Amino acid sequence: MSEDYRSMWADLGLDLEAHDALLGVLGKAYQDIYLSQKDRPDGMGYFDFVMSEVHGLRIRELLDEKEAGRKIIGSYCVFVPEEIVLAANATLVGLCSGADFAMDEVEKLLPRNTCALIKSLFGFKLGKVCPYLESTDMIVGENTCDGKKKAYESLNHLVKNLYIMDLPQVKSEQGRTLLKSEYDRFKTAVEELTGVSITAESLKQAIQMVNAKRSAIHRLSSLRKADPAPISGLDALLANQVFFYDNPARFTESVNKICDALENRIAEKKGVFPEKTPRILVSGCPQAVPNWKLPFIVETSGAVIVGEESCVGERGTRNLTDESCRTVEEMMEAIVDRYYQVDCAIFTPNPERLKHIQEMVATYKANGVIHYSLQFCQPYLMESISVEKALEEKNIPTLRIETDYSMEDVGQLKTRIEAFIEQIQ
Amino acid sequence: MCFAGIDIGSRTIELVVVDDAGEIVLSLQTDTGFDPKSEADNLVNGVSFDRIMATGYGRNLFEISFDAPTVTEIKAHVRGVLAIFPGARTVLDIGGQDSKAIVLYENGKVKKFEMNDRCAAGTGKFLEIMAKTLGFEIEAFGREALMAKKDLNISSMCTVFAESEVTSLIAKGLSRREIARGLHTSVIRRAASMINRVSSEGDIVFTGGVAKNQCIRKLLSEKLGREIHIPDDPQMIGALGAALLAADNR
Ligand code: SF4
Ligand code: SF4
Repeated sequence: MSEDYRSMWADLGLDLEAHDALLGVLGKAYQDIYLSQKDRPDGMGYFDFVMSEVHGLRIRELLDEKEAGRKIIGSYCVFVPEEIVLAANATLVGLCSGADFAMDEVEKLLPRNTCALIKSLFGFKLGKVCPYLESTDMIVGENTCDGKKKAYESLNHLVKNLYIMDLPQVKSEQGRTLLKSEYDRFKTAVEELTGVSITAESLKQAIQMVNAKRSAIHRLSSLRKADPAPISGLDALLANQVFFYDNPARFTESVNKICDALENRIAEKKGVFPEKTPRILVSGCPQAVPNWKLPFIVETSGAVIVGEESCVGERGTRNLTDESCRTVEEMMEAIVDRYYQVDCAIFTPNPERLKHIQEMVATYKANGVIHYSLQFCQPYLMESISVEKALEEKNIPTLRIETDYSMEDVGQLKTRIEAFIEQIQ
Repeated sequence: MCFAGIDIGSRTIELVVVDDAGEIVLSLQTDTGFDPKSEADNLVNGVSFDRIMATGYGRNLFEISFDAPTVTEIKAHVRGVLAIFPGARTVLDIGGQDSKAIVLYENGKVKKFEMNDRCAAGTGKFLEIMAKTLGFEIEAFGREALMAKKDLNISSMCTVFAESEVTSLIAKGLSRREIARGLHTSVIRRAASMINRVSSEGDIVFTGGVAKNQCIRKLLSEKLGREIHIPDDPQMIGALGAALLAADNR
C-alpha cells in the first residue's frame, strides 16, 4: 500500500498497526479463497481490484467526495433506503462486518453470547480499523432484532453521529404506517445533514440508479440458473457484498460486463464446475465481507452455490421501486412499498420468506438448502426449524448450520456439509 | 481383488480389508495418538490391497499422502451398517468426539442426519474423561455403572462442568457406581433426543466405540423403547463401509 494511504488512515484515526494486521488477514484470505478458484469468468478482475483497494482507493474516493461537500452515511441493514440518501446527494455505504476483531474489548460491552455480526460491528469500532465507519457523517442503526437495537444503545456512547430508525415488526396497516413515517423522518434528517432538499427529479434519478444496480444483480442471479454454473457462489456472493459499498454507477456497469462474459460462457456450455454438480441454495443470516467460510467449505466439497436467500443476496436486492411516480410523495410511497416486502426474520409472522425460499429452490434448480444462522441469532435460528420442517415436507433436503466467524468448527462443518452433498447427489 | 477402508477417528484408527465378495479378510486398529498421519501410514504399511478409501475426521490427511478417495463418516457408516443389517433405517453412531443419528430411506440412501456441534458432550471422550475422574478403567466403566443400585441426576453435559460436579459428588460421599450410572444416563438423554429428532420408530443400529459400553446399550433401549442392534465390532463399521465403498466404485 502506498504511503499516501497510510497518512489517510492515520488522519481518519485508525490504529495503523491493528489495521495492518487486519489487511494482512484479509489479503491472505482473499488469496486463498478467491484467487485460488479455477476458471473464473472474465470481468472478475474488477472485484479483485475492488477488494484489493477496499480500504485504499474506495476510501480515497469517498474522502474526495466529502471534500467536495458530499456526506457519507453508513448503514447496518438493508432497510435503510439508499434512494433517499442518493437523492440528497449523499453516499450510502454498508458497514456490516464479517470478521472478529478486538473481541476482548467487545466483550466488555456486549454479552459473550451476542451474534458475531453485532460483535464484529463493535470490534471494528473499538479496534479502530474500519475506514468506512470513520468516514461517515451519519451512522444509521435500525431497530430490528433485540440484539441490534440494544447494541445501538451502547454504540451511541462510542460514536457521535448515530441516528436510530425504528422499524415495524408486523406487516399490517399500522406497520406500514410506521415504516412510512420513519422513512419521512429519515428523509428530513438526511436533508438536514446535507443541506440539500430532495426534489421529484433528484429522487426519481436516485430510484433509477438504485434500480439499475439491483437489475444488474438480478441479471447476474438469473444467469446462475444455468448448468454448468457459469460463476461460483463465492464470486456471486462477492458481487452481492460489493453492492453495499462501491460507487453505484460503476458497480452496475461492471456487473453487467461480467454478465456479458457469463452469457458467452453459457452459450459455450462452459462452467466453473462440471455439469450436474450438486446445486445448493444458502438461506439465512447476512454474510458480510470477509465472511466467506460457508461458501468456501461448500465449494471445495463438491457442490456449487446457486443462490443466496440472504440480506447480502436476494432478500436484500430482489424487488425494484416503482419508477412511474411523479411527485416526491408518490415516490416515497413507492419506496415504502418496495422495502416493505423485505422478509427479514424480525417480522412476525413471516410466511413470505418461506415462500421465497421455495421459489428460489425451483428457479435455480437447487438440490438442497443449507440454512445458515449465526450462533445466538434468535430470529433466524428460530425460523430455521420451521423452514427445515416445511422444506423437508416438500422433499427438499435441508441442512441447518449454526456457526460464527471463528475457524474452530471448520472440520465439523466440512464433515456435515460433505455428508449433505453425498446425501443430495 | 482386495479393497481397504481406513477410518481415521479422533481416538482410534481402523483398517478393514475385504475381498471380492465383500467378506472381511483383515481388520486392524490402533490409537490415533498425536500424529494421526504417521499412525495411519504405519497401519497401512505391509497390508496389501488394490484400492483404498479413507473416512473419519482425518480423511483428508490420508487423501494427500495416499491419493486415496474419501467419504464422510456418515456415508461410510451407512454402507457398513447395511452390509450387516440390510434392512436398517436408523443408525446411531457415537464415536470419540462425534455423535450422529442418521435416518435412511427404504433404498438405503441417507434421508437426514443430525450431528453434535463442536463440543464433546455426550461422546466417547466425555465418558473417557468421566471414567478417569471416578478412577475406573474405561472397559469397566459401563459394567460398574450397571451395578449401581439407583440412578442419580447429573445436570452438566459440558465436560468441564460435569467433571467438577462429579468431584463434588465424590466429596459428598456418594457411591462411585451411582455417579457413573448418572453420567451414563446423561449421555443417553442426549443420544435419545438426537435420535428422536430424526426418527420416531423402528429398530436402531448402534455403532461406534461407545456402542461397546453395556450400560449405554441397556439404558438406551430402555429409554427409547425400541430394539437396538449392535454389530459384533461396532468400532469397525466406518472402516468396513469405506472398504465396501471402495469395492462398489471399482
Ligand atoms: S437480517 Fe434483518 S436486520 Fe439484519 S440486515 Fe437483514 S433485514 Fe436488516
Ligand atoms: S438478525 Fe441475527 S444476525 Fe442479524 S444482527 Fe440480529 S442476531 Fe445478528
